[in-house]
This record gives sequence, C-alpha cells and structure tokens, in this order.
Amino acid sequence: MNPKSTAPREDQAAPHHQLEELDTVTIRFAGDSGDGMQLTGTQFTATSAIIGNDISTLPDFPAEIRAPLGSLPGVSGYQLNFSSHDIRTPGDEPDVLVAMNPAALKVNIKDLVPGGILVVNTDAFVEANLKKAGYEKNPLEDDSLSGYRVFKLPITKLTLGALDEVKLPHKQLERCKNFYALGLMYWLFDRPLQPTLDWIDEKFAKMPEVGRANKLAVKAAYNYADTTEIFTSHYHVGKAKIKPGKYRNIMGNEATALGFVAASQVAGLPLFYGSYPITPASDILHELSRHKNFGVKTFQAEDEIAAIGAAIGAAFAGNLGLTGTSGPGLALKSEFIGLAVMTELPIVIINVQRGGPSTGLPTKTEQADLLQAMFGRNSECPVAIVAPATPADCFHMAIEASRIALTHMTPVVYLSDGYLGNGSEPWEIPSVESLPTIEVKFRTDPTGFFPYLRDERTLARPWAIPGTPGLEHRIGGLEKQHITGNVNYDPDNHDFMVRLRAEKVARIAQDIPPVEVFGQPEGKVLVLGWGSTYGAITTAVEQLQAKGASVSSAHVRYLNPFPRNLGEVLSRFETVLVPELNLGQLALLVRAKYLVDAISFSKVKGKPFKVSELVNKINEYL
Amino acid sequence: MGDNGQTKTLTLTKKDFVSDQEVRWCPGCGDYSILAQVQKVMPELGIPKEKIVFVSGIGCSSRFPYYMNTYGFHGIHGRAPTLATGIKAANPELSVWVITGDGDALSIGGNHFIHAIRRNIDLKIILFNNRIYGLTKGQYSPTSEFGKKTKSSPMGVIDYPIKPLSLAFSSEATFVARSIDGDPKHLASVIDRLAKHKGSGFVEVYQNCNIFNDGAYEYFSARDVRDDRTLYLEHGKPLIFGKDKNKGIRLNGVRPEVVTIGEGGVRVDDLLVHDETAPEPNLAYILGRLEYPEFPVPMGVFRAVQKPTYETMLEAQIAQDIKVKGPGNLEELLNSGETWLIGPDGDQQPAKSTA
Repeated sequence: MNPKSTAPREDQAAPHHQLEELDTVTIRFAGDSGDGMQLTGTQFTATSAIIGNDISTLPDFPAEIRAPLGSLPGVSGYQLNFSSHDIRTPGDEPDVLVAMNPAALKVNIKDLVPGGILVVNTDAFVEANLKKAGYEKNPLEDDSLSGYRVFKLPITKLTLGALDEVKLPHKQLERCKNFYALGLMYWLFDRPLQPTLDWIDEKFAKMPEVGRANKLAVKAAYNYADTTEIFTSHYHVGKAKIKPGKYRNIMGNEATALGFVAASQVAGLPLFYGSYPITPASDILHELSRHKNFGVKTFQAEDEIAAIGAAIGAAFAGNLGLTGTSGPGLALKSEFIGLAVMTELPIVIINVQRGGPSTGLPTKTEQADLLQAMFGRNSECPVAIVAPATPADCFHMAIEASRIALTHMTPVVYLSDGYLGNGSEPWEIPSVESLPTIEVKFRTDPTGFFPYLRDERTLARPWAIPGTPGLEHRIGGLEKQHITGNVNYDPDNHDFMVRLRAEKVARIAQDIPPVEVFGQPEGKVLVLGWGSTYGAITTAVEQLQAKGASVSSAHVRYLNPFPRNLGEVLSRFETVLVPELNLGQLALLVRAKYLVDAISFSKVKGKPFKVSELVNKINEYL
Repeated sequence: MGDNGQTKTLTLTKKDFVSDQEVRWCPGCGDYSILAQVQKVMPELGIPKEKIVFVSGIGCSSRFPYYMNTYGFHGIHGRAPTLATGIKAANPELSVWVITGDGDALSIGGNHFIHAIRRNIDLKIILFNNRIYGLTKGQYSPTSEFGKKTKSSPMGVIDYPIKPLSLAFSSEATFVARSIDGDPKHLASVIDRLAKHKGSGFVEVYQNCNIFNDGAYEYFSARDVRDDRTLYLEHGKPLIFGKDKNKGIRLNGVRPEVVTIGEGGVRVDDLLVHDETAPEPNLAYILGRLEYPEFPVPMGVFRAVQKPTYETMLEAQIAQDIKVKGPGNLEELLNSGETWLIGPDGDQQPAKSTA
C-alpha cells in the first residue's frame, strides 16, 4: 500500500479528510470464528469487484467449527488484495489488519507490514480474552504496537449504540459488529455501501429486523468514520484495466462444480457425483446438489469408497461419473481407481488437496498429493492428471478433465487445493458457444462387438452401456484378454495389456495443448510450477522481468501425460526452478522424465507462496 | 436408453442367460445350484436381458456375473453394492442384482451392505453364506460358528458370528428371505419373490462349500431330519413344522417357544401367524434368530414391505427441481450471482443479478 507521490486531493464530502490514491491494498479481517469475518471479507470483495478493482482473496479459517470463544485456534481470517492493476495473488502481507479480539491480534499481527493500519475492537480486550490469547499485559496499553498505525475503537459499544431502536435480543445486536467493521473499512477505502445494503435486503428478506440491524450497523460505521477525526485520511483505489466483458467473482470450488455441470451439458450426459463430506471439498457437493434441474444426481455416500464405487457404476451405465474428495479420501479410493483403470471407464476424481499426511491440516492448503495421484495404487496403474492454476481456471480444467476421461475412456484425477477451492477472483464469464465440445458415442452395433476393441488413434475401448441390446458383456478387475475382454491369465497377454494401458494414457498427449512460456522462450531461469502457485510465480517473474532479469515461467496444467513440448522448453534454460507446496514432487517427475537438473523450492506451511519469497529465491539463480 | 419394454411377447429361455464362459467353481459346489435357479427364474420375469446387470465383489460367489449372459460387473472386495447403487441411480430402468458372499458382504463390505439396504435402492442382493472363506482357501468368515477350527483358527474361532438376517432387519430392509442351495424349488420361489420386490431386497442362501466346509448345513437340512428341523414360512399361516405337522412356534411374552399341537391344550390358534407385511420388523427379527437345536431353522420370506425407493425419489427430486426452476440453462447458470460489465473504455457497471 504505497501512496502515490501525487498530492492528495480534497474530498468534497468530508473536507477535513484527505483522500489519497493507492494502487494496491491488502486487507485482512480477523476475529473469532463466530464473529462473521468470512462474511465481512466476502462483502468487501464483492463491492470491490463491482466498482472495478482487480481482486484476489484467501480465506483462512480454523478446522474447528466453534473453537472455544476467544481462543487462538478459534481465529478466523479473510484476506483480500484489491488493486487498480492486474493482480494474481491475495497479497503477501496485509497493509491493514482488522482484529476483533486479542486472539485475532496475536495470531495475525506478525504478518502486518511495518507501519500498517491496525484497527482493533477495544471492547473485546478484557482480561478473560487477553488471558485466552496468552497476553500477560494488554498490548493496547504498552508500546508493543508502536510500529503500526493503531486505531482503537470500541466496535461492540458503537454497534450497540447505533442499534438503539432495533428490537432484537442483545446477543443478536452484538453480532452486527462485523457489519460495523465493514462500514468502517468501506469509508476508509472509499467504497459504496449500496451493493452490501442490497445484498442484506435479499439475504435477510425473511428476517427483516435482522436485516435492518445489519444495514444500520454498516451505515452508522460509515457515518461515524466520516464525521469524526479518527482516520485523518482515507484512500481510493482506482479501477483496474480489465479486458472488456461480463464478469463475476468466483471461488475455485464453485468454478469446479460449474465446470462439471458445463461438461455434462456439452457432452450431453447426465452428471453423477458421488461424494463423502470432507474439508475442503464439501462445497463442490453442496453446489452440485443445487443443480438438479440440470439432471445432476448427487449421492452422499456412506464413505469415500462407496462414493467412487457409485461413480464408477454410474459411468458403466453411461453417466459422466464423478467423485470428489481431499487427500485422505483419495487414499481410500485407490483400489477403486485401479478398477476404473482395469475396466477402462471414464470417471473424474476431484482432489481438493489439503495439508497432510493423515488428517493433517484440514483447512490449510498444500500440493503434496501429486505423487499419490500419479503412483498411489497397486501395480502399473496409469491415470491422467490435470490441475487448475487459479480459482477461475477450475471451470476450464473441469471441462478438460471430463473431455479427457470421456474421449480416452480413462479415469482422470483433477488436483485442486484448499487455496484454489476457497480462494476467489473475478471471472470473465464465457459464452456457452465458446465452450469446447465433447463428443461421446455409445456403442450400439452388435456386429463385431468386443468390449476391449480399440480406437486406433486413442486406444480407447468402446463404451457399451447396459440397456443396449446385443452388447451384453462382463467387465471386472481381473486381467482382460486383449479385444475379447475375457478373463485371462496368460503371461504375454498381461505384459501386452500393461503396456497398452500405459500407452493409452501416454497418447492423451496428442490431445492437450503445449505448455506456454511466460517471457522469453530461453534464458537463465525457468520457473516451472503447477496448480495454485500460478499467481505467485507469475507475479514474481513479472516483477523480475520488469527489472530486466532473464527469467521466464511455465505452468503445467496437464501433469500426466505432460505436454509434448515440456522437455524441449526445459532444455532452453540454464536453470529450472520448481517451487511447490511439497518436498519436490513435480521436480522429481521432471528430473526422472527429462534428465534435467531441476531445483526444487519447497514450502509446506499450509500457506501459499509469497511473491517476495519467490523473488528472493529466483534471484539466487540470476 | 431405448424402449423400456417388459414386453409380454418376450420369449427367452434359460439358455439365453447362459454365457459362453466356462464355469470354474469346484465340482459339487453349491454355487452351481444357485446359478441354475437364477438362470431358470430370469426368463420368467419378462425383462429383456440387456436390461439386467449382475454386480459382484470378490470371492467364489462373485464369479457369478461371468456366467450370466447379461451385463455384468465383477467389482472389488466388498464394494459391489456401491457399484450397483451407481448403476441403478444412473439408470433406474435396469434390473440390478448383487451377488455376494459372507466375507464380501459382512466383513470387508459390511458398511456398504447396511447402507445400500437402508436406502431402499432397488437392488436384488443374494448372499451366498457358506460360513467359510473359500477363494482364499479355508479361513473362518464372519458367519463361522464360534469355536470352529479352520486354517486361520487352529484352536477355534473366538469371534462371535454375525447374523445376516438380524443385520438386514436392523438396516430397515424392506425384503428379507432365506433359502438353501439344496432345495432348488424353494430357492427358485424365493429368487422369484426377490426379483419382483421393488426396493432393496436381501436373500441369504445357505450354500455348501464342499471343499472347505462340507456339510455345513446338514445338521438341519439332511433329508432324514429336514422336516423336523426346518420351518417354512408362509404369509398369513400359523408357524407349523415337523414331519407330522404337529409342532409350532408360540410366543410367550417376547420369547418364542416350540410347542406340540394337542399337547397341554395347545391349539393351532395359539401359534404365531406369519405376517411378512408387518410394518415393524420385530417379529421377523425374532424369527430370523431362531436356530437349531432349540428351534427349527426358518426358510422363506421373513419380510416384504413397500416404501419409496431411493432411485425413484432421486428422479422425483430432479423432476421437482425442473418444475420449479425450469430445465437447466447453462447460460443462465454461468451468469448467475453478482455480475458486472466492463466496457471497451474500461468502464464498469453492475449487470443485473440473475440468481
């Protein structure tokens, strides 16, 4: 948040306040998980998007639904970056921190930039809360926060004062304090209230008194900031230059769900989604279950295994079979993925990765399931793997995953992660006509039919679904005889079939786009990434390129098979640096496949890369 | 999906349901009898064979689909109900059968077994219970008798056995029956009833493994003792058994007891009357636990009630959603929520929400 050198202009509405122009701000709302900080964050995001900023968000919430009130594990945060230029990350460190209680302050203060704005709700800084947060002394009363611009406000009291006339229980009135905090930030960053007021009207249509209280809280806070001298300045972040078009804000999990609905529509197949609730993938189940009018069938299974079993059964019967989970669930599905490989049925397995191993860090992000997706099954068991790069890209890659599965009759693993799933960004809404087509042909002709006949180009076998007269056949997990599909234990046949299944997946490379290089096609350093690190990598590389550094980046969205040109791209750089939120899994794969001395840059903290971390690392090789 | 004709002109024979695959069960295995009865019942159902799917897990019984000339899916251990659920949910017009064994359904697949049943999805589940692991060559199964000596229990099994029928009742099964491989006529009649039931149906078939557990059911089913040790359930009839048809089951409080008609003033009217349609499965549960030597072993249909099936309700929700919201429109879906337009000059304006 570096104020531009241009002189502050006078704000006509409140002549005693100065309005400063900023180009990028990162703000973090933090409070108890019951304080409604996610809502405050999403409202601020929606308004910022509507007034034309580019945005990127990162919610950070605890695994516990309601950890003890005021405790450190119960802190919930929402960070967003809004800007007058093109941005790709939620920002490294917040410029502004809103802390609703001592625990929120304790957890987040170390991230606030020196000199950053800190807004605290002083009402929550009572002895009991301070103790729960592990403060021996009230940090608002010593000089521990002297490095920041601190604004101490009794937000709870101010909220209650503003809601004098509202007839609701005291507790309910207190809950409006998140809207009060939102109103303060709206004033501080010169945002209109109307989008939020409209949203409240719609959301609380059935509880008009609650709606009224929330609206009063937002407005009162805005007016309070406007008429008092608490903040001497406020800030304006202009519109970003964004490609003309129609936009909406979208979260990764939502984009994933919509992408699969779109895939089912363009393929002309009903969508079947078998899933067992698991963080952070459950929102995909929630979203898909809302779209039954598209013929979508959602099945909340008794466990992860049943979820994929049903998806495979549905695929056998001619649906676009889909299952979704996170890492621990993928482990449980392994045996069934093997069956799908053996029976060569098209299914997509969504894995919204989270910190592991085992239960790990359910609400935190990680990208350490690449090797599980690649190798985590018994025997030689190849599947296709794709990974979206941004929340909005989830839509496109969901269609791609479906296209590959249906065209090549193969299971496809779709690797999203918690950061993508819960993060959001503006999405240019595509027209339906612009979506790729997926051609599906069920076999209907009994003449010359065998279940394991092969398409010459793709090696896909025919999809002959139950209900088709004359094509009755049996499939299963035992080794198949080439062509006939009969159970067969012949050594040469097995050797042949193992190689054929590998070749079938390898041939998918014919049908995927080449990897693109961002920057010069050759040079000193290539930063190779995959998945959710796209935003941070691209931003870091862009910053260095602007300074004339010989660095480019390439982002792999197809991880098995790799794009055909990947080896050649890697060979044109002196150094290949692979930043990953794991201990070097893509690095391992490219080293093995291309004999390139790729350097792994690892981070496994449950958090995404900061741009600055990447810039520093890349600089070591320039 | 083609026409859904359960056409009356359909003239299939048992032969139409025999696949070209060589049957590889051990000679003398009880599975042959079950296969034969299923193949016999199939043509009588009037369902075109392309609309029939047999799904199985792992075990000797699970080779079954290979021998049926219908659609078939040989799955993985314990998971057949999940595959079958997906098949039936995707296409409710199909007649979907699950072939499983005591290890497959009750040990590794116990979870799927109870959940498929409680959902009342229209699957026909036949459990071949031979009280032993055959394919892995002779370890004890979850239905093996307490104390049984097997390859993996040389000093005797110390697991208490599970009762498949009890489990099915507790899972709110709408159709529960039992038969035995050695009584083909009875077996065929029970399979026929199962085929005609709408909802999750479960049949336990006592099946002899002549290699690893030969004669497991001889204690009550041998020709010379069968009449005195078997109770054939008939809907609406008093529970009478015995060679001389003079023994019956009476309820003393909540405890069943064997009585002799004519002794101590016991009349037929005092006997329990079988009601397979009873709304609560309590009496069926009591019958399901009768075991020799204290009682005769009941055979037949314990419970047959109707309630809406999973796949029907799933389709109904889709129809309801279409009725309320109209058929899905992708353009509208993508453009739902808060949207905004960016003009060629970079100007923004909110676009109307279509959510």
